[in-house]
Amino acid sequence: MSGEVVSTHSIDEKPKVALLNNPKVRGGIVQAALLIFIIWLIYNMVNNAAINLAKAGIASGFDFLNRAAGFGLNFSPFIEYTETSTYGTVYWVGLQNTLILAVLGVFFATIIGFLVGVARLSSNWVIAKIAYWYVEILRNIPLLLQIFIWYKGVLATLPGKRDSIDLGFVGQLNAAGLYAPKPVFAAGASWIFWAFLAGIAITWFIGRWAHKRQMATGQQFPIFLTGLGLILGLPLLAYLLTGMPVSFEYPVAGNFGPRGGMQVIPEFIALWIALSTYTAAFIAEIVRAGILAVNKGQSEASYALGLRPGPALRLVIIPQALRVIIPPLTSQYLNLTKNSSLAVAIAYPDLTAVFAGTALNQTGQAVEILLMTMLTYLALSLITSMFMNWYNAKMALVER
Amino acid sequence: MSDTDSQTALHRAEAGALEIAYVREQLVEPLPAPASEVGVIGWMRKNLFNGWFNTLLTLFALWLLYLILPGVLNFTIFNAVWSGTDRLACSDINQGGELYEGWKGACWPYIGAYFKQFIFGRYPDPELWRPILVFILFFAGLIPMLIPSVPFKRETIIYMLGIFPLVAFILLTGGNIGYNGFLLPGAIMADSELKFWVDYLILTAIICAVVHFIVRGMDGDSRRPIILTLICMGLLGVVLFIASVDFGLTFVETPQWGGFMMTLVIAVTGIAASLPLGIALALGRRSDMPVVKLLSVVFIEFWRGVPLITVLFMSSVLLPLFLPDGVTFDKLLRALIGVALFSAAYMAEVVRGGLQAIPKGQYEGAMALGLSYWQMMQKIILPQALKIVIPGIVNTFIGLFKDTTLVSIIGLLDFLGMINLSHSDSLWATPVQAITSYIFCAFIFFLFCYGMARYSNYMERRLDTGHR
Repeated sequence: MSGEVVSTHSIDEKPKVALLNNPKVRGGIVQAALLIFIIWLIYNMVNNAAINLAKAGIASGFDFLNRAAGFGLNFSPFIEYTETSTYGTVYWVGLQNTLILAVLGVFFATIIGFLVGVARLSSNWVIAKIAYWYVEILRNIPLLLQIFIWYKGVLATLPGKRDSIDLGFVGQLNAAGLYAPKPVFAAGASWIFWAFLAGIAITWFIGRWAHKRQMATGQQFPIFLTGLGLILGLPLLAYLLTGMPVSFEYPVAGNFGPRGGMQVIPEFIALWIALSTYTAAFIAEIVRAGILAVNKGQSEASYALGLRPGPALRLVIIPQALRVIIPPLTSQYLNLTKNSSLAVAIAYPDLTAVFAGTALNQTGQAVEILLMTMLTYLALSLITSMFMNWYNAKMALVER
Repeated sequence: MSDTDSQTALHRAEAGALEIAYVREQLVEPLPAPASEVGVIGWMRKNLFNGWFNTLLTLFALWLLYLILPGVLNFTIFNAVWSGTDRLACSDINQGGELYEGWKGACWPYIGAYFKQFIFGRYPDPELWRPILVFILFFAGLIPMLIPSVPFKRETIIYMLGIFPLVAFILLTGGNIGYNGFLLPGAIMADSELKFWVDYLILTAIICAVVHFIVRGMDGDSRRPIILTLICMGLLGVVLFIASVDFGLTFVETPQWGGFMMTLVIAVTGIAASLPLGIALALGRRSDMPVVKLLSVVFIEFWRGVPLITVLFMSSVLLPLFLPDGVTFDKLLRALIGVALFSAAYMAEVVRGGLQAIPKGQYEGAMALGLSYWQMMQKIILPQALKIVIPGIVNTFIGLFKDTTLVSIIGLLDFLGMINLSHSDSLWATPVQAITSYIFCAFIFFLFCYGMARYSNYMERRLDTGHR
């Protein structure tokens, strides 16, 4: 009898479940509630902001970008900036200075980081220990403190302008910064730049041709040396042919400090050193992990196939290590870019310092300025992570 | 006597009988390895001078050490000044002091004179026992929690998460928080502490009613949810009540806090707030519900994409704008909110890594057992996932701990802020003042961060079950 009762319920007929226990209904309710809560929150925030701004007599909007800023900046290598420039220009100068710092910082951090990372794996005990303590000390001390140490602890205690330290071809160093040789471009200097670009383009085409030829005939072409020769040789040739249009104006020590050359402000030097050495400590760990991640069997197998150590490293080990290294490396680059905002602490005129700092204090347009600043950093982050995802997809292990 | 024994005996007898002089009966003692292969010399040959390249590297490293070590040791120890009462103790003749010209060394008495400020900020002297007691209570809970062999782990965790924060809050601020009502209009009842509690009861009743109607509206049994709500509101009420009791402690407002104490307060509160928030965001990011997922992704990516300093600017400049008129937040609290939201996003990504590392079979197994989502997460997934990501959590905490120094930029006097402030004191103004204080600060930070990293390494090895 009971068997009959069971059979009356066909399998297609869904069991009756309390509405609350239906996952779909439940999910819908939770999401609707969350959405309503968020909308309510944003509405309240916007509403309050409008009331508070009206009370403070601040007109919202981006009109202030066209107003004259009225303050000077001591560092703007590429963009023309005077006190009569607008707040819009201030934004671009800030972004420019952030990017200069980021690019140069990334460059040096990568070099130091790779050196230290390889050194940590060295069989030489002293080198490995020095690299170990470099990493541990640098990454366990706050970056802001390191910036202060370089800025107030080291650079500020250098001798004054009158007795600068002569660093030879690097320039003159004193408490007011580094007086570096200034390149002077005469007519025809642009040829060198074009020759450089042409060198890169030709190398790229030769590389494609060499790859095709190797696929077809198995013959190799010394592409690295050829490329190096082209990229360095062509500009050199252009330099000689156009009659050496680039010269350096060296700073000369004078009674009132070095004259000539270009002055690199100490804020920039302190930030540059601190950012690159700090980030290098993290990059070193990434590099070490990447090298260790490549199975020992890979190098053994490539030797067994008859590859010499050089090609084995270049064709087998490094491509696999890079697959592990690149994603965290990109995020370190990103960290460096974001950390460059600490410039505000020692008044290097980067985006945060001049735009979210000085410009904000002068105009009071807190919402607009902070929104612009944060969105700029966000855009930099998103672009970098998009690149990273693309690279990851390209390099990822293709399995079966 | 067995057969084999008798045979051996026979052999011995034969050997003894033969007694050939040139056959040794014992093995020769092995010669010691050549001096160039063992001991210090052998070790050096193997690790430092095997091949011309390594020799060059070693020489280069020794040159590097020669450049760095003597300078550092001379500055911090041998040339340093250890006692004195003012700047003259640390100045050379040209600067009006007694030291020889060109002297460079650390000025430790300045650190000694400022030590109290560096640790406690401008906390009033007669009340100093309170932060000290908080320090003691903190480490009294932390150390048993960190040493694996100490029993009563569960009780310690309850103490650290429940009792300690409340006690620390009351000790540091002074407790005795005054509440005003927040629900009933002033016409019915004037603002007072009593009105707050009346409002609180009304609020509890409203929440219970809402829960009841929602659950009933969906044919469910509303008893359990209501009891849960009541327990939560009750616990919250008890906490609020204790915070409002007058223990006779003087009120110390947060602008008087500072130094290393503030650094610890920000770091510990930040981590305590960001861990649950981060877990929630990580679960949200892996949720099937599109709206929840989208909101979590946007939240996480936004905070991870901007620098902390702009977050702090935002919390100190924009947060007051977004709040209703008249509601003001303490400066420290605003910084705390910024730090907590920021690190929650990072924590979320760490936890997500752990969630993704759990094999699918664990989820399927849990579901096959008929566990609900929360049961599955609580009993099966999160315990495993969190164990995997302990190093990541510690790394995030170390990062947060270092990043607390950024609050000095928005004008809070944390450890670094206090040190920068002390530079304006002309009593100790010397060229070495800045670097001395920074070395001290760096040393303290290094001790804490390196210690945490080592501990997390140790825990990682201990918890490693070997199967992955």
